Amino acid sequence: MAGFYGELDRINAIADGWPGFVWRLVDDEGADATSLRPYGDDTMVNLSVWKGLESLRDFTFRSGHLDVLRRRREWFHPLGEAATVIWWVPEGHIPTVGEAGERLELLRREGPTARAFTFRDPFPAP
Amino acid sequence: MQGFDALSVLADPRRRAVYEHVAAAGGPVSRDQVAEALEIGRNLAAHHLDKLAGAGLLDVSFARLGGKSGPGAGRPSKLYERSAAEHAVSLPPRGYRVLAEVLADAVEEAGVEPALYAAARRQGERLAREGAPVEETLRGLGYEPYADGGVWRLRNCPFGGVARNHPGAVCGANLELLKAAFGGGVRIDPGPEGCCVVVDRGTCGTKTNGSLF
Repeated sequence: MAGFYGELDRINAIADGWPGFVWRLVDDEGADATSLRPYGDDTMVNLSVWKGLESLRDFTFRSGHLDVLRRRREWFHPLGEAATVIWWVPEGHIPTVGEAGERLELLRREGPTARAFTFRDPFPAP
Repeated sequence: MQGFDALSVLADPRRRAVYEHVAAAGGPVSRDQVAEALEIGRNLAAHHLDKLAGAGLLDVSFARLGGKSGPGAGRPSKLYERSAAEHAVSLPPRGYRVLAEVLADAVEEAGVEPALYAAARRQGERLAREGAPVEETLRGLGYEPYADGGVWRLRNCPFGGVARNHPGAVCGANLELLKAAFGGGVRIDPGPEGCCVVVDRGTCGTKTNGSLF
């Protein structure tokens, strides 16, 4: 995991400065969310708010983040089911990890819908 | 216009040269710029550009050139750039895109990117054995390389929509393929458009390009 932890601050800094970035979940230490393990010791969570799907897409796939994304199997086992979910929130709303978990469950149960979707099958803002 | 109808407007060699010039420009160009570059009349350039735009191969926009604005700046110029719309003609009909999307879905769901990357490396090794110069190999694969200081940047992503839906897997495989083809000097450095990979111009992983650099 050293490779993953070694890149964390750099990639988070890219996110924080990316156009359209609003907020990301951090733990008590304030740098990242890696110490939060609400779903068990071997599952990390990350949660962030963006001004639109395109700004999130650009950061995820057209920034330095892409280079770590492509290496994710060096560090993380596949879950065998949806591991990432996207949904729209009202402006100013900061979601909780609990909310994120519910949306992920919804995606797993019903597939992509306007309430819980993916980059692959996106839905426009309500 | 789609398929044959769109592509049939490229049958005229001069019009095709106009299309290729606009595509290689990598941004909007005016009628005057095209006419000058291809040494043809402005009206002929405009005729070909508008035919290409009408077929959906070029997008049209209007802007004032030279940074002038306000009264006296003159009328905005009509500008042309390559459309992002994809056209493919295949006989007999083939639909590899659908298959590629489904395969990429499976790779990401199963988390078998390492197997995909290994297969991409083997494909790159096949290219390396062909021994063509780096630029020629990139051009032949549809990357549309252009020199930018010490690197080749790649104006086009040959994997287009599949890469857009599955960037982790597809861009990762793309990187491994090119690394194996050129033996290093290849890295991910995404810009807003085009392929996410850059290739060092000093890269000399193939056998016959010693005199190229």
